[in-house]
Amino acid sequence: MATASNWCRCTSCHIGFGWDKKEYDHTVQENVDCLVCHDGTGTYKKFPTDCGHPAYGEKKFGNKQYKNVDLGHVARSIRKSSRQTCGACHFFGGGGDGVKHGDLDSSMFAPAKKLDVHMDADGLDYNCTTCHTANAHDIVGRNYSKSAPNSHRLALPNDDGIRIGCENCHSRQPHQSNQKLNDHTDRVACQTCHIPSFARGGIATQLNWDWSTAGRHADDGKLLIKKDFSGNVIYHSKKGTMTWGTNIIPEYAWYKGIMKYIHQQDKIDDSSPVTLAWPVGSYADKNARIFPFKIHHGKQPYDPVKKNLIVPKLFGKKGSGAYWAEYDWGKAAEKGMDDYGAPFSGQTGFVETEFYSPISHMIAPKEEALTCSECHSRSGRLAKLQGFYLPGRDKSESLDLLGWTGIWLSFLGVFIHGLLRFILKN
Amino acid sequence: MKKKLHLYTRFERLWHWVQAALIFMLAVTGFEIHGTFILFGFEKAHNIHIFSAWSLLILTVFAIFWHLTTGEWKQYIPSFLNIVPVARYYLQGIVRGERHPFAKTRQKKLNPLQKLAYFTLKAFLLPLSLLSGLLYLFPDQANAFLHVSLGSIAVTHTAGAFALVSFFIVHTYLTTTGGTLLSYIKAMITGWEETEH
Repeated sequence: MATASNWCRCTSCHIGFGWDKKEYDHTVQENVDCLVCHDGTGTYKKFPTDCGHPAYGEKKFGNKQYKNVDLGHVARSIRKSSRQTCGACHFFGGGGDGVKHGDLDSSMFAPAKKLDVHMDADGLDYNCTTCHTANAHDIVGRNYSKSAPNSHRLALPNDDGIRIGCENCHSRQPHQSNQKLNDHTDRVACQTCHIPSFARGGIATQLNWDWSTAGRHADDGKLLIKKDFSGNVIYHSKKGTMTWGTNIIPEYAWYKGIMKYIHQQDKIDDSSPVTLAWPVGSYADKNARIFPFKIHHGKQPYDPVKKNLIVPKLFGKKGSGAYWAEYDWGKAAEKGMDDYGAPFSGQTGFVETEFYSPISHMIAPKEEALTCSECHSRSGRLAKLQGFYLPGRDKSESLDLLGWTGIWLSFLGVFIHGLLRFILKN
Repeated sequence: MKKKLHLYTRFERLWHWVQAALIFMLAVTGFEIHGTFILFGFEKAHNIHIFSAWSLLILTVFAIFWHLTTGEWKQYIPSFLNIVPVARYYLQGIVRGERHPFAKTRQKKLNPLQKLAYFTLKAFLLPLSLLSGLLYLFPDQANAFLHVSLGSIAVTHTAGAFALVSFFIVHTYLTTTGGTLLSYIKAMITGWEETEH
């Protein structure tokens, strides 16, 4: 929710390695942590609250013990990035396993073929970088800064080209069993049919995060933490109420590879849920295709006077105003907005939010791809995606009325005619 | 006096029944694709529909060739001569047991109402369905070159389908209006028809 006021907590994944002051320069190369991606030992683990640093010396975070990192050993054991190094952050986006993404969680460290045909640990065993190719550390496959070059180029086997789009390897006519399927590839992304549901690896993904209920404690004053039967945290004093799910059917939207998002200073309309990040595209835009998304719902603090989102201070010591120390949204907002450097009215409210997150991983085996009727039916998966004619879903109501009237009148006519013939003949 | 007439040649009969079967399959699978009911499942329905459609197109090419080379196409030129007595027969005479006012011959095998009905079918209804169906097969090209949307193609194709189903109902019923209930069906199978004239 608020990286910019909680640097030392968030930089255990977000960029800002060794963050030490407000003037920290995110743009210089020396501030990039090489080891977090290139550690070959599995021992380079960032301590959650040390501004991007690993544990120097034995340390405890909650019940978790962090061992002293042997930097010399790690530096002598560097190798290419792996599902382990990438996943250490990306599988835990949002602060925990499967919180932010629906298609990236710890089940992807060594997935079975059923979960992901390409990363299948006993099969193709792809790394993240097999598709997320990089040229001089410029890794393709971002959604925010620029869209992935997608369907118009074909990667050659083993070359150093761009392989981020399915079509880069599979081409735009990948289906051999039924040519009609190839007619879909211009307007329907591969992911739409080939990822029938997400959070399929047994790890639940978070669907709703309501910060407004945070702050309740147990009778003895300790943190109140409630879990469901599967062990997912459904209430936490620091974070509020959360809901989780597995095997979730995506939402579908037109998408041309670019996500837009609101900025803190953008005015929001608090009368309905605020969309924080959304895909760019429409039926009319020929570059857009139907694409699956996880929509993460939330309820988070905002300034009801200035109509801005609040960047609260969450992490800090007692006396710092941090919410996780003092449980006062007013103070946390005041301090956070001051750190962030944005005007704040002093009022704090809560507003519902939604966040679109593209689903691109967990590609199922082809036998489990969606069948036609999942979308080509009256109330299928694309029921909400209006503005274009979808056979099997759509019809002209007036034509159907006229047509069926014609058919029933024909029946009635021949029935009466036949009846008269029958009666008068006898 | 009853006499037997050879009205329908072997090709004509083959064409008629294959066309009937194909149109029947097209209607069933087409209305499934339309979302009216679930029978085969969408993909199978689609595949059968496409196969039947191409088969019907090929058959139609042969049928057009046959009509042109034999001159049989002239049978279908609409004529309003004696149309009133024929219409009156189907509305009144038939229930009173009157004789059919039209005398069939090999050279004039269609009464004026039939001419009108089959001309409408062949000149408008089937071409409408076939052409809109062809566009439906290639929606991207239809959009690029003819600027017609999938929606308008689909609605046109569906309109043709509704009309054909109504035609099928009345057409099937009228087969029972011969000498006996099945005599017209028999004629279309054997080629020979018994007439009273």
